Amino acid sequence: MRTYWFTGTALAILFLFPLLWSGWASVRTDTGFGTENYVRLFTSGNGIQPVHVLNSVLVSTMTVAGTLVVSTFAGYAFGRFRFPGRDLLFLLTLAILMVPYATILIALYVLLGWLGLEDSLIGLSLVLIVFQLPFSVFMMRNSFEAVPIELEESARVDGCTSFGTLVRIMLPAVRPGLVTVGLFAFLASWSEFFAPLILLNSTDKFTTVLAVVNMRTASHGSIDYAALEAGVVFMAAPCLVLFAFMQRSYVRGFTSGALKG
Amino acid sequence: MRRRAVTGALYATPAAVLVGLFFVVPLLLVGWMSLNRWPLLGKPRFNAPANYTGVVDNALLTSAAWFTVQYTVLITVLLFVVAFGLALLVQNRRKGVGFFRTAFFLPMAVGFASASLLFLGLLSEEIGPFPGTGDSSALGSAVLLVLWRFAGFNMLILLTGLQAIPLDVYEAARIDGATRWQTFRRITVPMMRPTIALVLTMMTTGSLLAFDQFWILTRGGPDNSTTSLVMVIYREAFIRLDLGSAAGISVVLLVLLAVFSTVQLAVLRRRSA
Repeated sequence: MRTYWFTGTALAILFLFPLLWSGWASVRTDTGFGTENYVRLFTSGNGIQPVHVLNSVLVSTMTVAGTLVVSTFAGYAFGRFRFPGRDLLFLLTLAILMVPYATILIALYVLLGWLGLEDSLIGLSLVLIVFQLPFSVFMMRNSFEAVPIELEESARVDGCTSFGTLVRIMLPAVRPGLVTVGLFAFLASWSEFFAPLILLNSTDKFTTVLAVVNMRTASHGSIDYAALEAGVVFMAAPCLVLFAFMQRSYVRGFTSGALKG
Repeated sequence: MRRRAVTGALYATPAAVLVGLFFVVPLLLVGWMSLNRWPLLGKPRFNAPANYTGVVDNALLTSAAWFTVQYTVLITVLLFVVAFGLALLVQNRRKGVGFFRTAFFLPMAVGFASASLLFLGLLSEEIGPFPGTGDSSALGSAVLLVLWRFAGFNMLILLTGLQAIPLDVYEAARIDGATRWQTFRRITVPMMRPTIALVLTMMTTGSLLAFDQFWILTRGGPDNSTTSLVMVIYREAFIRLDLGSAAGISVVLLVLLAVFSTVQLAVLRRRSA
């Protein structure tokens, strides 16, 4: 029992330390504490500009909305209907997980160029949606399968169309799945680095992450570490807040079926 | 019943279009690109198998492949040991366990690129709390970063495996007088084989594709000593402007990963049979 508390506490401190340190480093200045690092982050030429934040918000919004719509429809189709090609499509969607996307991004870069979506936030969002699909389609299919079939049938007897049933009866029943899918889509799109690095060229299209990483990679002289930590806090804050709200349901979802003991 | 099939297919259409256009097509395209001289600007021209013979001659690629394999072995071993240790520590419901789990898992909420920037400052000479240790090892700082960021996530997956083992199995072992080590060795590990396999596969494929941590922390240096395979792909495409060569390396990496996954699956099947 004593070793449990000792080891647990020591490790918890170790894991929390970097987060606490970056918060502290982001407000520490030469003279004490203040917001100077954040001011430099947002006003120095190569830091975050308002357009970068706007781009990130746009990409995340499109990715979350697109992922929710596509995976809800697909989950409903896989969970409740039989149609030709159903199993093949489901397998293909899961196969996205097996193919590391770093290896096909070069082709996606060329393909988006052909589609007129070069250096485009929409193109980036479409790619991010596709890489969310294996997890979210799987999740939504399971959610729809778990809804009692009687619920849907009574709606159909009452004369609801399949779309009406989906919106009015099924969506409220699969809300926990939607929340998880949306949360994951947000965390992934807000923090993604490699895909925007490849797919976006001009600085006014950059997302926040690209802009902050650029402060490091474009600096040939010394790096402004304090402003960099302010950038880390700025990017991590919305994720940590969301996480604090969802943590219970998330961890529980993961460990559901856990034994009481 | 016909109509229901049509309705179902309609609901699946957006997903089918997206998967076809942005997954199947690029997968085929990367193969086609690898058979062509494909400059970033300008017309592609068929030149097979030049991109593949180029793979063998590329000295940077050879050293990057060797470095990536070493890194993958190191990370997989360390991350697995740490994650399993954490999972064992917090597997039982008792006081403080919720707090510990959250603390270990919280780094996962920070994006990986942000986490890399965080550690760049944390381990720096300039503002880091440990001056004098920061710049000593480029690889070491990447290992610390990955352990911090991913241990909690893998802990959670291992936890689901641990908790799926019925309690009465442990009970029976205790009645038979098994020691803790024997119980762990003969019951916990064998019964967790599927979960362990999942976690190990994710760790190895993730490490073989390492990019963010080296791009941000070490820039591949010093002297390209921490340049990973995906960094070479990026360099071929956007610095040397040779998309065909980048596609060639991508295809080789894809095939190696596919073989690796198949072998791993086969080995695990045989063992559990």
